[in-house]
Amino acid sequence: MTAQRKNLWQSELTGAALRGSFVKLNPVTLWRSPVMLVVELGALTTTVITIVDSVAGGKFWFDFQISLWLWFTVLFANFAEALAEGRGKAQAETLRRTRSETHGTKVFPDGHVEQVPALMLGKGDIVVVDAGELVPGDGEIVQGVALVDESAITGESAPVVREAGGDRSGITGGTKILSGRITARISTDPGDTFLDHMVAMVESAKRQKTPNEIALEILLVGLTILFLVVVLALPVFASYIHVSISISVLVALLVCLMPTTIGGLLPAIGIAGMDRLLRKNVISLSGRAVEAAGDVDVVLLDKTGTITLGSRMATDFIPADGVSGEELAEAALFSSLADETPEGRSIVVLAKQKVGIRSQDIHPPENAVFIPFSVETRMSGINWDVREIRKGAADAVEEFARSRGGEVSGRVTRTADNIALEGETPLLVADGKRVLGIIRLKDVLKQNIPERIARLRGLGIQSVMITGDNSITAASIAAEAGLDDFFAQAKPETKLGLIRKYQEMGHLVAMIGDGTNDAPALAQADVAVAMNAGTQVAREAANMIDLDSTPTKLLDIVEIGKQILITRGALTTFSIANDVAKYFAIIPAVFVVQYPRLNVLNVMHLATPASAVLAAVIFNAIIIPMLIPLALHGVSYRPSSAVSLLKRNMFIYGFGGLALPFLGIKLLDMIIVAFKHIP
Amino acid sequence: MYFIIFFIVLLLLAVPLGRYIASVFSGQQPLFMRWLRPVERIIYRLCGIDEGEEMTWKQYAGSFCILTLFGIAFLFILERIQGGLPFNPQHLGAVRWDTALNTAISFATNTNWQSYGGETTMAYFTQMLGLTTPNFVSAAAGIASCIAFLRGFMRKSCSTIGNFWVDVTRSILYILLPLSIICSVVLVSQGVVQTFRGYPRVQTMEGESQVIAVGPAASQVAIKQLGSNGGGFFNANSSHPFENPTPFSGFVELLAILLIPAAMPFAFGALTNRRRAGWVFFCSMALLFCVGFLIAASAEHRGNPLFTGAGIAGNANMEGKEVRFGVTESVLWGQATTVTSNGSVNAMHDSFLPGTSIPLIFNMAIGEVIFGGVGVGLIGIFFYAILTMFLCGLMIGRTPELLGKKLEPLEMVMAVIALIGPCVFLLIMIAVGVASPLGLASRGNLGPHGFTEIVYACASAMGNNGSAFAGLSANTIFYNLLTGFGMLAGRFLTILPALFIAGSLARKRTFPTSSATFPVENPLFIVILCGVIVIVGALTFFPVLVIGPFLEHLQLMSGIMF
Repeated sequence: MTAQRKNLWQSELTGAALRGSFVKLNPVTLWRSPVMLVVELGALTTTVITIVDSVAGGKFWFDFQISLWLWFTVLFANFAEALAEGRGKAQAETLRRTRSETHGTKVFPDGHVEQVPALMLGKGDIVVVDAGELVPGDGEIVQGVALVDESAITGESAPVVREAGGDRSGITGGTKILSGRITARISTDPGDTFLDHMVAMVESAKRQKTPNEIALEILLVGLTILFLVVVLALPVFASYIHVSISISVLVALLVCLMPTTIGGLLPAIGIAGMDRLLRKNVISLSGRAVEAAGDVDVVLLDKTGTITLGSRMATDFIPADGVSGEELAEAALFSSLADETPEGRSIVVLAKQKVGIRSQDIHPPENAVFIPFSVETRMSGINWDVREIRKGAADAVEEFARSRGGEVSGRVTRTADNIALEGETPLLVADGKRVLGIIRLKDVLKQNIPERIARLRGLGIQSVMITGDNSITAASIAAEAGLDDFFAQAKPETKLGLIRKYQEMGHLVAMIGDGTNDAPALAQADVAVAMNAGTQVAREAANMIDLDSTPTKLLDIVEIGKQILITRGALTTFSIANDVAKYFAIIPAVFVVQYPRLNVLNVMHLATPASAVLAAVIFNAIIIPMLIPLALHGVSYRPSSAVSLLKRNMFIYGFGGLALPFLGIKLLDMIIVAFKHIP
Repeated sequence: MYFIIFFIVLLLLAVPLGRYIASVFSGQQPLFMRWLRPVERIIYRLCGIDEGEEMTWKQYAGSFCILTLFGIAFLFILERIQGGLPFNPQHLGAVRWDTALNTAISFATNTNWQSYGGETTMAYFTQMLGLTTPNFVSAAAGIASCIAFLRGFMRKSCSTIGNFWVDVTRSILYILLPLSIICSVVLVSQGVVQTFRGYPRVQTMEGESQVIAVGPAASQVAIKQLGSNGGGFFNANSSHPFENPTPFSGFVELLAILLIPAAMPFAFGALTNRRRAGWVFFCSMALLFCVGFLIAASAEHRGNPLFTGAGIAGNANMEGKEVRFGVTESVLWGQATTVTSNGSVNAMHDSFLPGTSIPLIFNMAIGEVIFGGVGVGLIGIFFYAILTMFLCGLMIGRTPELLGKKLEPLEMVMAVIALIGPCVFLLIMIAVGVASPLGLASRGNLGPHGFTEIVYACASAMGNNGSAFAGLSANTIFYNLLTGFGMLAGRFLTILPALFIAGSLARKRTFPTSSATFPVENPLFIVILCGVIVIVGALTFFPVLVIGPFLEHLQLMSGIMF
């Protein structure tokens, strides 16, 4: 925390933020934050009074101090907003500059090729990008394979492979092709690119307020109006008991009562949240979706690529009766030498371990012929001399052995069935008519999956897996990963139906997808995260893009969404609770001269009426910069039950908000008095 | 002790009544009331109401407005022409226009603020047809609005919130009428008068003759207490021996005052199938009620230091109280009537000590949400609940929801209007009263006490309470118009936003509760809800209470009286 805080204050962004806080004094832009606009108007009023008084030669020192601190209140709030914008804006600015300098090689329909500035490229244009060049815009590869350095947007230094066709075809403007040559179709018009969305999320003036933010702002405006009336009515009431109140004190009271703390920090909280999301390499195309992520209670996960590595691994060889382990391993090794699928490679690795040979020592026999896997035969293998080694689906290999005149022992069949029943995949290996044994293939979970699923459950989110596998396989994976539910033998359209079904039951559903056939489901889901590497269709249907393409990114999104809301709630509660102490500072100060008995309300025993009002105003102003780190980093969120979370936050921000200003104002009052005595 | 027994009896009656109310509005009248079904159908046939027809929130709100405005017009005309109508043995003439308007608004909005003295102004005909009828109708409109509001939470993906006319008819037929009949019979047994004869002239002990005002009081008293109306048949209201003759009748009327408002949370629990949520709302109200009562009672029992010091009175403050009720019962009555927007009084609130008037004013100023008026009280506390759950939802990192419905900008706008609107208007009204010479001229006392009188009158009107502080001569054009405005604002600013929210919530889907949602059914919610009510109320009215009762209290302690 200390290190982070240092970062915040020492970064070169602070200078830009300081300038920004003055620029934002412009009432036209301040209009977006009505609470602060009222404070600014108040500051203007007291400034005018100060000037008039000083010109007239009257006492102006008190009014001057009030005005000064009111201006500080506005500036502090602006500073918070500018600081929050800073980082994301700087990052976007760099990218924008690179992009405006970038040129793309555009292929015209008639086939001729021309260099055009990246900003001139529109939807549907075809470009060619060579190794060493920057990608001129967001799009989809239509031809070719390339190694892409995406560090400019993701900060991730490891390059990634992007290729035409399939689910890894998306490219983003500003990234660099390291090797390979691709032809890509640009999919966005200028002004609608990722970059533009990125900027819009972190730049206050362009940011769309979320419904929740608007609802909160309505409350704040309502409170402002209420306190405005309270303060306007006060001199009328006071005149009833023959007390007159100066305008400066009234303005001071108004600003103290208004929810300035939350009003000043509200934009910063939203922007900082989006910025934190960006630093987790997620671009959100709508702020609403991020906040909705905090409510998600069901997440649909694809099995392949999300929960499992997407390929099965050989974990065991089970020899048939009368076959040695080595013989089976050797046959399996030979059959898989040319098999470049992950399953094939895993068999080779396991076989090497079993037989104990090093890689160099393996050579396929001289005259060997490899039989590749085909959908018809459902086997692959190798032939040399008279030997025909095959591995493949149990029934296919049995059929093969029988056709060569062999027979299959009941034990092998039973074992294979048992393996299938356990949700794993048996591969039979045969050498001609002899069935040598079984290779056990297993779906392997990605690292940390059970922990992450458990964390999701801690957040109150059910994880549901969708897979095309049979239910037995699905059940075993689900049990291993600790999923709450699964749907087996699902077709792409099942996903859409499933999301609708959950939504009708009243759930908010999140979905993570990358393929084109995920698009309808993504469009239906309340929170839809597409992998950056995914197809363009998927990316367009989603409301968030995960630049790293890590499927469990949802955890971060949910936590950030919740943090944004908690921070807002905490500061609102804090802000309102603060008012109690300010009343006890200012009201006695107003009446005590004529009604000394009302000094019993001066529970803080503040020295003089002037010092009391000043202390309240100063407290109100400096609490804003003191809470900037909290607003930017968000209130820490630990998954726990709603009630204990609420208890904790209510105690800290509600009760704390009630008590802290009593201490703070007393302390400031003592400091003010001490200064008065120094001269 | 009196208080504890009273509360237990109240609870024993309120819980079953709540279930009964729920069954009435869910369309399954309990067996012992089935015989009223044909009567209900005949009413619908006569009035051309289609029982099955459902209304959108706009139609519902429109019907509510029509009924209220019609009520105002009807009563206003009746008061102006009462001189030529029958049942007027005292030959009382037309009521002054501003008084008539104020009274018309007052009774149509369930306020029953009375700037006039009943026995010297209103003919029997006006009292019965003009004043007793709105006692039923305005109370029924309140219950109906509350039920419609609750339907917003009960329904999902639905654009309608019930039928106003059906709800009003059922409220009167199944709830208000049977209860008032029972209640008035009990009251008559205690000696409350019920007669059409003119005022008898009697010989007093001293041999002089005196006219004694009587009339059909018992029937009106029953509904005035049950329907949180409070408009007295006689000027002295419930301290009048013909309205409230014995301690037992006092007990019964006190029960009647709190009965329906206390039953509404249970009705809500039964209707929405969230019994525990009903209890939570009841407990929140009860908690605030008890705290207010304890503050008031302790102030009153401590007595007036000046009188006690002078040896002319006991320790407790008996000024302005009926000996047959005593201090505790009078304070409990004051607390009960100010929380429920029931304006009846059995003691002079003007004579309560300033420490007592702080909770009483607070009860009214926060918008009558502690039990509150029939129906509208529950609506009122729901607005605070919306605010509470908005903060709670944020604090646990979820977009806020209440009872499975998401709270979005539209709901916030309406909740803010309903919570802050009346506060804003109340402050403006007080300021107008305090600043204008016309307002000041009506004061019965000077200094902070006079200030309190104005505040009390305005709060009473805005809260649709009708409780009178006395002391203030409110039957002037100035106050008749000012409080008339307040009563309209208080009524419409509560019910229209509520119906709007109901319409908006009914259209939404309902989210199930999970481990990540914060349930209303939790003691923590009671604490936070009460905290929000107290803090919002205190922040708004701190200056008012300081300048009025608190300053008076301080001065009283040091020997200055007004």
